[in-house]
Amino acid sequence: MNAPMRPAVSRRGFLAGSGAAAMITVLPVTAAHATPETLDAAIREVTGGKKLNAGKVALDIPPLVENGNAVPMKVSVESPMSAKDHVKAIHVFNEKNPQPHVLNAYIGPRAGKAIVQAHIKLADSQRVVAIAELSDGTFWSTSAEVIVTIAACTEEVT
Amino acid sequence: MANALIRMPKTAKRGEVIEIKTLIQHPMETGYRAGMNGTLIPRNIIEDFVCTYNGVEVCRMKLSSAIAANPFISFFTTATETGVLFFRWTGDEGFKVEETVSISVA
Repeated sequence: MNAPMRPAVSRRGFLAGSGAAAMITVLPVTAAHATPETLDAAIREVTGGKKLNAGKVALDIPPLVENGNAVPMKVSVESPMSAKDHVKAIHVFNEKNPQPHVLNAYIGPRAGKAIVQAHIKLADSQRVVAIAELSDGTFWSTSAEVIVTIAACTEEVT
Repeated sequence: MANALIRMPKTAKRGEVIEIKTLIQHPMETGYRAGMNGTLIPRNIIEDFVCTYNGVEVCRMKLSSAIAANPFISFFTTATETGVLFFRWTGDEGFKVEETVSISVA
């Protein structure tokens, strides 16, 4: 308990300093959020740079969400789901959560229907992207804009 | 330990496509939230889910922090034969839950 009690820092100086410290601690949090670039990178990881075709995929998600902590989401892909022609995987990504991944589902002809549902978290109003990987090696995608009133993870900010 | 709920038909016709709905108790702590003392709460999520039907994998999922707490997952499979569906959830902190449900196919 022999810490120096010198008034080395004035009240004003301390407040200014703590303000700067707060800025520094806040910045990495915003930087850690996924951006359209990290979203593109995550998509490229899955597709290997192959072309994303529009169509075949339907992303069912409410356009206006009150609670971002649990958002019902359904991805369905038009496919006969036969041994020759089926959906191999369904990938879902987001634009503005701390990281771009939502889920990767690996299915096959045994699935019968290429439909996957889950409840997801959305940290902000943003675009959600669904991608289907078909057995012929093509990729199909769709996206949906979602407006979130109460975002998931708001408690980390306050 | 965590409770898992699996809803699917007990009986089905051969070739019928059935829906399987699963719900499991889990906090799905994202690893991006700060706790009361300002430090980040370590990530604790379910990372992998797998469903096999008589030993054949029919659905596998990789989950992320963006999955809601108490993950609800639903998918489809074709009822091919009478047997057992096996479900396994694995994740951080050694989380592992296994469930089996039998189905009779006429």
